[in-house]
Amino acid sequence: MDGNIFTLQDFMYFTKAITYLVIVAALIAFPAFWLFLTDRDE
Amino acid sequence: MSDTKTTTGGTLFTPFNMVAGLILLVGGIVTVLRFTGGLAAVTNLSDNNPWGLWIGFDLLVGVALAAGGYVTSAACYIFGLKRFHSAVRPAILTAFLGYALVVFALHYDVGRPWRLPYPFIVQPGTTSLLFEVGACVALYLTVLFIEYTPAPLEWLGFKRARNIVVKLTLVLTIFGVVLSTLHQSSLGALYVIAPSKLHPLWYSSYLPVYFFISSIIAGLSMVVFEGSLSHKNFHDKMDETHLKEADGVVLGFGKAAAWVLFGYFIIKLVGLAVDNNWHHLASGWGLWFLVEMLGFVLLPCYLYAVGSRDKNIKLIRRTSLLAVLGIVLNRFNVSMVAFNYHLPSSERYFPHWMEIAISLFIVTIGVLAFRFFVTRMPILYEHPDYKDAH
Amino acid sequence: MAISRRKFLGWMGAAGLGATVGKSAHAASNKHFEGFPDSMGVLHDVVRCVGCRSCEAACNSVNQLPPPDESFKDLTVLDQKRRTDAKTYTIVNRFETAAKNQPPLYVKDQCNHCLEPACASACFVKAFIKTKEGAVVYDESVCVGCRYCMIACPFEIPTYEYDKVLTPRVMKCTLCHPRLLEGKLPGCVEVCPTEALTFGKREDLLHIARERIRRQPDRYVDHIYGENEMGGTSWLYIAGVPFSELGMREDLGVTPAPALTAGALGAVPIVVGLWPVLLTGIYAVSRRKDKIAQEEQADAVAAAVATSKEEAKSELEKVLAMKEKEKETAINMAVKKALEDAAKEQEEAAAKAQEDAAAEAQDDSEPKQTEEDS
Ligand code: SF4
Ligand code: SF4
Ligand code: SF4
Repeated sequence: MDGNIFTLQDFMYFTKAITYLVIVAALIAFPAFWLFLTDRDE
Repeated sequence: MSDTKTTTGGTLFTPFNMVAGLILLVGGIVTVLRFTGGLAAVTNLSDNNPWGLWIGFDLLVGVALAAGGYVTSAACYIFGLKRFHSAVRPAILTAFLGYALVVFALHYDVGRPWRLPYPFIVQPGTTSLLFEVGACVALYLTVLFIEYTPAPLEWLGFKRARNIVVKLTLVLTIFGVVLSTLHQSSLGALYVIAPSKLHPLWYSSYLPVYFFISSIIAGLSMVVFEGSLSHKNFHDKMDETHLKEADGVVLGFGKAAAWVLFGYFIIKLVGLAVDNNWHHLASGWGLWFLVEMLGFVLLPCYLYAVGSRDKNIKLIRRTSLLAVLGIVLNRFNVSMVAFNYHLPSSERYFPHWMEIAISLFIVTIGVLAFRFFVTRMPILYEHPDYKDAH
Repeated sequence: MAISRRKFLGWMGAAGLGATVGKSAHAASNKHFEGFPDSMGVLHDVVRCVGCRSCEAACNSVNQLPPPDESFKDLTVLDQKRRTDAKTYTIVNRFETAAKNQPPLYVKDQCNHCLEPACASACFVKAFIKTKEGAVVYDESVCVGCRYCMIACPFEIPTYEYDKVLTPRVMKCTLCHPRLLEGKLPGCVEVCPTEALTFGKREDLLHIARERIRRQPDRYVDHIYGENEMGGTSWLYIAGVPFSELGMREDLGVTPAPALTAGALGAVPIVVGLWPVLLTGIYAVSRRKDKIAQEEQADAVAAAVATSKEEAKSELEKVLAMKEKEKETAINMAVKKALEDAAKEQEEAAAKAQEDAAAEAQDDSEPKQTEEDS
């Protein structure tokens, strides 16, 4: 589509797809960062 | 129900077993009809009414009533209310069975059940709220499964594996709450796309919030309700801690439910106000809406409050049934009663008896599975080897 | 193009990574989307429609649909209001007008090919696509059969093959997309004898519709149905009576379906981002509170133990001192007594008093000692 998005539907489709990937990354990153943050606590 | 036969086995032909057997038999036959004759053979679904009892009850009610798992584990492990600890395992087990059965039931409802993983492995429809529900339910079922495994692992004596899982408790609990927040609310959000089909008194852009908050009520009430059933039937399976904490759980959950119901009532009022729906109250639909709001939200709220003020365990237990029925009523209203309200009555949906049979069939499987696990695994009592391991 | 788009599989396709991140939304500045330029549509002029059902017959044949129960020549089927079903992509309905002595009106119903289709927004396998030609097409090879598209469609168009066991499909008008790609007209438009159906670019159709309304204001109501309904549709209607009298809903609003769900969908990532922070925070606070409570308890116990020890000690001393005094007095008294009494009894009496006093002192200090232990 000439590199353009013409409908709200397509726009949401692409942005939500990326958002879901961000979500997956977040679910992995949270525990990892929590461990980093607290692993020196006694 | 069979008060004494739960453990001893005794005779197989208790009234409970006979009814359950009959339901399983009929359910089995209808299952065969469904998968050999298609949806048309066993349902009243139509082009105007594509979703019926199997979505309204098996999916919406099933998921809402399985909310006890995340509510209880959050109360215990996140909010640090350790005195609810003995309620966690039965709640997790119920939730796990509930979700497993929801997924099982969906296989009856969708046209090509073997394609259920397609949204995740073939082509995701990321704009769909149903995609969100599906992803969360699948993930949460996994989380619940892991959360539940300590019981069978203790039963089987696999200490190492069990201890690893127990270490993950906090992470799993937080995941569980996140996923539950998402899919409980998304179930309500499914209907946000159809403002022209759902009666304005039930339609609201707040639907996801309503579904989420009412799922907390459902979760709290189910723990209390199920606790009273378990006390009747599995008393011999409960250890001292469980029995000692049980009254505290009832009082605490009853109080919490009263408070959440009150908030729920208020946000429902807010919904009326923002959409200016007051004038609908003066219609037949309005009357029905008021029945739901007053009889199944405000009344249980008040009764819970009285029960927790008077430390009246019995009243709270009875109220829990009313509150659970209120959730069922709400989900039925959104998915069936007030949906397609604009159609003439001849085009409205009423479930076929075989649809009801399948729903009963699935509930029965759930009850039997619960009995199976509770009578064998350390659910209502703590395994002696792991007494103070939390 | 539409075909190749659908071949995308899995997540890479979904995110259209690389390609998409660089893609800019058309008129992205305010996230307003105009739809595909030059996409096609059909204008249905209700005033011209005579209810001959030719379009139904043509649709049936070009789409190779199963033969109908009643012949397409049979106009008595119009006596009942019908809707699309799994064997029928389009139907014509008859409506009696309110005004007397006026002929009845006929309206053709089929998928309106929304500019922002609710069915596409709802489908969780992306089985529906709005093509750049204007047609909303369905891909049965991925459809799971959840029927959420049917819940979502505000025009009650998609239907389902409930009676099929293994291969049930959603059925709906395709705007004859395959024919469009071949450069042909949609089947129904081609056969319409009264030109009640006009195929063309949606832009042009809007002009034509406005022109007809402007030229004959007494024959048309000033409303192009589909111009804005649910964000606009590719299929447009003009008529001589309000559309609500033609069984068409005028209360659908102008908000496109994806916009309706945008709020709920937008909340999802925020919950994922904030809930863990909030919940872990609550957890940490409740843990900390437990810990502080524990420490405080420990401190309190230690302090209590210390003070009680201290107290016990001073008490003991006091008591002992008192006893000492008593003892002295007793001795003094005894001595006095003894002096008064016989001198030989003196020693015995003193010894006895001393014994008594010692025993008493021990009795008194005992409770303090137990307190210290506890
Ligand atoms: S009319 Fe219904 S089926 Fe057709 S494109 Fe619009 S939402 Fe989809
Ligand atoms: S029935 Fe098929 S096309 Fe419709 S929403 Fe479900 S998967 Fe998509
Ligand atoms: S456009 Fe094609 S599929 Fe749609 S109603 Fe007309 S003939 Fe049928």
